[in-house]
Parts: sequence; structure tokens; C-alpha cells
Amino acid sequence: MKTLKIEELSKNFGSTEVLRKINLEIDEGNFLVLLGPSGCGKSTLLNIIAGLETINEGNVFIDDYNVSKVEPKDRNIAMVFQSYALYPSMNVRENMIFGLKQAKVSKEKIEEQLEKVSKFLQVDALLERKPSQLSGGQRQRVAIGRALVREPRIFLFDEPLSNLDAKLRVEMRREIKKLHQQLKTTVVYVTHDQTEAMSLGTNIAIMNHGVIQQNDTPENIYNKPSNTFVADFIGSPSMNLIKGNLKQSSDKISFVARGSNLEIPINGYDFKEKSSQDNKEVVFGLRPEHIFFKRSSDNDFEIKLRADLSEYIGHEQIMTFNFANQEVLAKFPSTIKIELSKDTNLYFDLTQVSLFDEQTEERI
Amino acid sequence: MQDNFQSSSYKQLEQKSKYTNMFLRWFLYFILIVFASYFIFPLYVMVVTSLKTMEEIRQGTLLTWPSSLNFDSWLVAWGGRGYGAGDTFLRPYFWNSIKMVVPAVFFSTFIGAMTGYVLTKWRFRGDQWVFLFLLFGCFIPFQAILLPMARTLGVLGISNSVIGLVLVHTVYGIPFTTLFFRNYYISVPTELVKAARIDGAGFFKIFFKILLPISAPIIVVTVIWQFTQIWNDFLFGSTFSFGEAAPIQVALNNMVLSSTSVKEYNVDMASAIIAGIPTLIVYVLAGKYFIRGLTSGAVKG
Repeated sequence: MKTLKIEELSKNFGSTEVLRKINLEIDEGNFLVLLGPSGCGKSTLLNIIAGLETINEGNVFIDDYNVSKVEPKDRNIAMVFQSYALYPSMNVRENMIFGLKQAKVSKEKIEEQLEKVSKFLQVDALLERKPSQLSGGQRQRVAIGRALVREPRIFLFDEPLSNLDAKLRVEMRREIKKLHQQLKTTVVYVTHDQTEAMSLGTNIAIMNHGVIQQNDTPENIYNKPSNTFVADFIGSPSMNLIKGNLKQSSDKISFVARGSNLEIPINGYDFKEKSSQDNKEVVFGLRPEHIFFKRSSDNDFEIKLRADLSEYIGHEQIMTFNFANQEVLAKFPSTIKIELSKDTNLYFDLTQVSLFDEQTEERI
Repeated sequence: MQDNFQSSSYKQLEQKSKYTNMFLRWFLYFILIVFASYFIFPLYVMVVTSLKTMEEIRQGTLLTWPSSLNFDSWLVAWGGRGYGAGDTFLRPYFWNSIKMVVPAVFFSTFIGAMTGYVLTKWRFRGDQWVFLFLLFGCFIPFQAILLPMARTLGVLGISNSVIGLVLVHTVYGIPFTTLFFRNYYISVPTELVKAARIDGAGFFKIFFKILLPISAPIIVVTVIWQFTQIWNDFLFGSTFSFGEAAPIQVALNNMVLSSTSVKEYNVDMASAIIAGIPTLIVYVLAGKYFIRGLTSGAVKG
């Protein structure tokens, strides 16, 4: 049984296609993050799961039950919003029990739930306050509390941390993570922040233009991006994508960057298809953190590149190098001194390489 | 150029700017006083005249003080002289106006709030067109709807009645009240409605429990606006009612214009003030919210 299953889901607003043939599955207790740039359809998808938007095609199942035409209140879900959406005229207590009262839950049960949840979230001292008298973090906790008291099958979070300042955001992120570890409820979480996605999710679905680009564990998303969009979107600074060709001889396969003669051996690369790839136009992907200033293992590939730009950001520095007129970024500890406009010896960790087809932009 | 700049020049400049500022300040006060008196003058004349006897009015000028505080003309304006035919006084018409203005303000405000709620939180295909046509209602001159409205009231059998006037003012008020509420609700996050829907609240519950309790500022604005419009209306009142059913503004007009004997300026002035007092009260009681409501939406929360 899948807690949530989405099948061939499409949605358009008038002539604008927002979601195209989305398929998704979540197992009980998993934390799925929908990640993507603004306008990619992730919030619309969440609203559809909640039942706040209608569907043009496809179905949504909760616990194998087709809820596509079921009202939001009957879907056994709860949602936390970016603006918290606490009812301004009600105090914290009334906010938290509003849903239970609508559902005609008995008074004793309501009190019991309220006490349990407000103690758990440490908002029990705030019950008589109005939302306007709460700080951002407290409002966020109350909003989560309002979702918790209903004991839903699925929690939906719509960018819940975007309104908080940087420090509080990190704290609340940890709290949400703890919350999920303790309660083990199924969560669908929308964000455009990759750090949030990486640290919270057991699964991340990266979306762009209404299509899921990759749905995988955070580790796989980071290490084995399935196309250049994912490779570019995840990581900061993002993955170096160098255009070039493959060169294959009897027992050797290597990459040659466009405008250079240097052959980078990639024998260890795990191709999806083992057929001949000779002369194929590809994109060579390597993250800035996998380029080293000192040799770290024997397999590292040594290369001389000219340093063009240095960006100091405290604990580390981001250097821009010129590789056959393509920019290559590398991340070093800020203690290393590198002279600009001079050739520098660098070491590529070739075990971390990703290769993409230049035409289809898919991983090969 | 900077080289021969003496430190004493600073002193001169300082003096100069001091005089300029002083002059501007006094000029500002002067202008303000001129305009304030321009507006306060008619009111002063009205109050002073209403407290004088006819004898004093004939002998003194507009500006002279009354010899004593004499409220006789106010009593006459409100309750009449006590003789039968031809004695027009404001009391019954004042209550007519109250009976007209209270339901008309209530219904137009309530319907406007509902429409504004639907137009912002339950968007539907073509809702912008509905709103556009409603806005159009704000720009139709009163005179253009007199005939069709008279016919409608006739068909409904409520012409020359307070109920008829309530209907006219409610219908004519909806475009304005809708505009106010729509512009207010558009700044209320739609996520509130979404949250309430997930919590299981329906269309009316969301309106009454969540939106209405936070609408106080805009309700005040709408009530002031509608109250002033309806209370001060003369055209609809004089067109759709006469005799006993007339609202106060029509009665005031009849009183002042149709008296056959000598013009009693003191009674006329007292009547005009009485007719204006309710709007004044509404402004004083709710004025603070009026300013706040008009600027709401500019700042979030």
C-alpha cells in the first residue's frame, strides 16, 4: 500500500500547461521534498494533493483510495502554509482546534489533543495569545500545531520556512526534522531551497516546467543527477558542465573538451549503455568541490589551468579557471593562495564525474 | 573656489536659512488660517443665526453674537409650533430617514462584503467581467436610472414608501461597497481560505468566522460612506417619495422653500443643522477608522 500515489496527473490553467503527466509514489513515513525553481508547478502539485485545485487528467490516491474528487477536509491531510495562515481573529487555542471543532470531535478529545500537541511544540504558554502577538518562529510552531492536532495521514508543507530570517530558518529546519523523526508521519514538502531539501528529505523530486526531472534519494540526486538541469540546479556553486566529445579506442575511453587536445581518461565511468560512444557530443560534469589543489588519491587527473577570478567567502574561496575557453569553478579552503592569470596545477577527482548527452541533456 | 571660503560665510548662510524658514512657516500658518476660516464661516453663521430671535436677525449683521442662548427655533424646527395644518417640522421625517438609512446601509454593506469575498476568494471564470460591470455602476449618473427605477418600484408596489427607498439605495450602493470590500479582501492572503477549507469550513463559515472578524476597518469606511450618501441624498428621496414618506432632506427643502409667511431664518438654520448632525456623529465616532481603513492594504497586516 502506498500512502500517496499520483498517476499520470496533468493540470493546465487555460492554455498554460502547469503539470504534465506526473507520476509519484510515497511510502508510509517518508519525507518527500518537491524542489524546483519558481513557476515549476511544485506548489500547484501540492495544492492538488490537498484538494484545493482541480485536476484536468490523472488521479491522486491516498492509501490506495482515489481521492481525486474528494473535498480537502475529507482527505485526511493537514497543510502548513508559507504565510502560516493563522486565523487573525482567533487566539492560538481557537486556531489549533478550529479543524477539530468543524469535524465535530468531542470536547474531551479536543482538549486532550490540544494539550498533547501544545506541550509537544512548547506553545502551551501561548494559548490565549492572538497570532499578531507571536514571533515568526512561534507562529510557525502554532501553524504546525494546527496541522498536528488533526493527526493526519499526510502532512503537506508549502515553503513553510521562506518567511523566516536566516538564523531562525536553520533552527526551524532542525525542528521539522526532529518532528518527522519522532512522529514518522508521511510528509510532502515544497521548497525552492536546496539545502532545506537535502537536509530534510528522504526523497527529493526535482521539478522543472511541470515535469519531474528526477525523483531519488538526496545522495543520488547529488552524485548522479539524471540530466543537466538537475546537475546545474543542485549544488552551490553548481556543477561545472564542460562541452566536448568522447574518444573511444579498443580499451580506452576518454573525454576531450571542445577546443582542447587533452584527453581525460574516464575508463571508470559507469555508462548506462555499454555500446560504442565514439565521437559522441557530451557534457562533462564535475562539481567544484571535486577539484583539488593537492593530489588526494592516485586516480586524480592532473591538469594545468589558468586562474581568472577569485571569490573569497570566509571559510572557503571559489576560483574560476579557464579550460579551453570554458569556465571551470573550483572550491578551495581559503588558506590556499593562488595567483591569478597563471597556470595552476589542479586535480580532478574522476570518480565523481557525470556525463550527459549534449543533445538530450540526459545522463549517459 | 573652496579656498577663499571663509568660516564666517557659514554664519551668514545659517542666518539666511533661519529667516527663510521662519517666513515660510508663517506663510504656511497664514494660508491654513485663511482656508480654515473659509470653511468654518458658514457653520458659524448657521449656529449663530439659529440661536437668535427674528428681531435680532433683522437688526444685527450676520456675524453678531446672539444676545442670549435661545433654543426656541431648534424646538420649532424639531417639533413644530403645535398648530394643525401647514405646520411642517422635522421629527417624523428624521425618523423616516433613520428607518431608510439603517437597513439600506446594513444591506448594501453586507451584500458588498459578500460580493467582495466571492470576487477575491472564490474566483470563477469571467469574474473580472462581473467586477468591471459592477464598477460601471459607480459611474452611472443618478439621473439616468430615475425612470427605470420608478417603473421598477411601481411594479413591485413599493413606490412612495421607505421600503422603496431602502431598495434604491441598497442597489445603488452595491457597486461602491463591492469595490471597497474587494480591494480590502484582495490583500488578505488566500492561504487563510485554503487553510480553513482543509480545516473543514465551508463558504459561509469562512466568511463569517474568518474574514468578517478582520474586516472592521473596511466596514467602518463603507458604513461612513454609505451613511453619508444615503442620509444626504435628495434626488432619490424627492423623486421616489412625497408627503409623509419623505426623508429628512426632502422635508428640509419643503420647510425652507414652501413657507408662505415670513422667512424664519433662525428655524431654517436650526433645521439644516439638525439634518446634518447624524452624519457628523458618524464621522466623529468612526473617523479614526476611516483614515486607517482608506490606507489599509498599503501596509500588510
